[in-house]
Amino acid sequence: MNYILLADFSVIRPDFGLFFWTSVIFILFWLLMAKFAFKPIADALLERQSDIQDSLDEAKKAREDMANLKAENQELLRQAQEERVAILKEAKEAKDAIINEAKTTAKTEASKIVANAKEQINNQRMAAVVDMKNQAGKMAIDIAEKMLKSELAGEAASESFVQKLISEAKLN
Amino acid sequence: MRKYILSLCCIFCLSVFALAQHDGHNHDGHNHAKKTQATDHQGHNHDGHDHAGHNHGNHEGHDHGSHAGHNHGNHAGHDHGAHSNGEGHATNACGHGGHHEFNPGEAAFHHISDQNIYSIGPFSFPLPCFLYASGKGWDVFSSGRFDADSHGNGEKAYNQYILCEGSARRVQDASFPTGEIDLGHHAVYTKKLPTDKGKTKEYAFVCYNGKEWQADSKSTADAGMFGGGITSFYDFSITKNVLTMMLVFLFLAWVFISMAKSYKKRRGMAPTGITNFIEPIFIFIQDEVAKPFLGHKWQKYLPFLQSIFFFILGLNLFGQIPFFGGSNVTGNLSFTLVLAILAFLVTNLSGNKHYWGHTLWMPGVPPLLKILVITPVEILGLFIKPITLTLRLFANITAGHMVIAIFVGLIFVFGQSGANPGAAYGTAVGSTILTMFMMAIELLVAFIQAFVFTILTASYIGAAVEEAHH
Repeated sequence: MNYILLADFSVIRPDFGLFFWTSVIFILFWLLMAKFAFKPIADALLERQSDIQDSLDEAKKAREDMANLKAENQELLRQAQEERVAILKEAKEAKDAIINEAKTTAKTEASKIVANAKEQINNQRMAAVVDMKNQAGKMAIDIAEKMLKSELAGEAASESFVQKLISEAKLN
Repeated sequence: MRKYILSLCCIFCLSVFALAQHDGHNHDGHNHAKKTQATDHQGHNHDGHDHAGHNHGNHEGHDHGSHAGHNHGNHAGHDHGAHSNGEGHATNACGHGGHHEFNPGEAAFHHISDQNIYSIGPFSFPLPCFLYASGKGWDVFSSGRFDADSHGNGEKAYNQYILCEGSARRVQDASFPTGEIDLGHHAVYTKKLPTDKGKTKEYAFVCYNGKEWQADSKSTADAGMFGGGITSFYDFSITKNVLTMMLVFLFLAWVFISMAKSYKKRRGMAPTGITNFIEPIFIFIQDEVAKPFLGHKWQKYLPFLQSIFFFILGLNLFGQIPFFGGSNVTGNLSFTLVLAILAFLVTNLSGNKHYWGHTLWMPGVPPLLKILVITPVEILGLFIKPITLTLRLFANITAGHMVIAIFVGLIFVFGQSGANPGAAYGTAVGSTILTMFMMAIELLVAFIQAFVFTILTASYIGAAVEEAHH
């Protein structure tokens, strides 16, 4: 077995040439990649990460805004509905008031008219009564005159007598 | 996935078929698919070689498709199976027998090691060599000059350098001629020589002009602990591992830069295409690794952690692409050592007062205890952390690659290198199942180890930059 262990196992012997070339190639790789690849890639990834985060935040904000807007709309709707109810109520009240007022006005007017009519009727009646009284008086005077003419000699005495009778008649 | 499994099964069947066909061959015959000389098998006669055991007639029977089947899984790129068919063995001018017995352990070590050629199956692609020897100076040339055979042994030498098992070696002897030299087949081989410690050690040898020359291995920084050490030359070549790193670097750079661009272009839009695949992983490292450990300082260290993670992951996965060379970069100590050293530097250079206070002079502990126990342990810990980082990644990935290579090697062991095709068929079926199972696990390990390395680095840095919160 000895000779196997001592065979040309060159990989464990650090070779100056390979050492040199590895150093050159790896350091070149490191520097070039750092400048032209790994840094830009890491930066781009960071940028994209923040982009994505920003977009997510924005979306979240937009969603919140939407929710707020919706709530606001609902509030407005609710307010509008309340207002409508209030307005309707007010209108109804106004209507009732107007109707009531109209009713009262009409009532008073009507009563006024009735009163007027009553007064007028009364006046007419009074006038008719007065007229009737005058007619009746005249008729009575005529009758009485005629009667007295025949009965009484003097006209004057007869007239005073009639006047006395008329004033007594007025009392009833 | 189904496609993948199907293709794997096909390849294994092909390889078994090829193995059976090769019964009675010696290794040379296999190379013909690759080389130009392959045009005429019948009249072929290799200089100085004894091919008595050959039966070239069989070659007509199988096409190159079955040659491609030699690539067993990721690793067993060469056909080690046909080695020890006894009578066919070539002996070169220096009296060295062409091949050793097949040894799955050795084959596995060979396949996970770094090489100066990139071999995929029977093909090997040359890579640029940058070799330095003190007193000699730089040698810059293509490893195609070595004219490697399917074992990765060069059939030519160039400026006193030879290729042995895919790796450049130097013949230090001044009398060895410089320039391009045709060595011929099997001129480069390894032999085990006893060391002064009573063990044996493998050396590369080259046979030229009837004379045997010993070659130096490349210098390594293990101070002789693992059989390496400083030798006469240094190899700064673009090796298979370096090329793999470059390919992965380019691929990752393309992916990430286009990804960064798409973020800029499609600002504020949803990600598309490859971004969708990478982004979750990127964010995982950012949110699960960087942020929890580093607190508000995560942005400063994120590029380092991401680089570590994706570089390791990319290389882990690249090494597991079947039939693509099976590069074992993250399973190489040099690689993991560099990353661990960088992690160590980043950690300790960003260490704040609080960190150093706790490391060097732990509050609330008696001074004597501090000097004798706590402080030495803490200082030791500073260095143990990167060492564990190094070894963990290296061991995990190497083990995975080796297990797969050894499972494939079992086919040749039980098939007795082609002498027992029945056993080879049986083992091939079992090995296929085991290898596929291992590959599935290795896929998981690729992610886990990249993640573990990153999260531990993050925790070390996190401890160093943590603010005092008393």
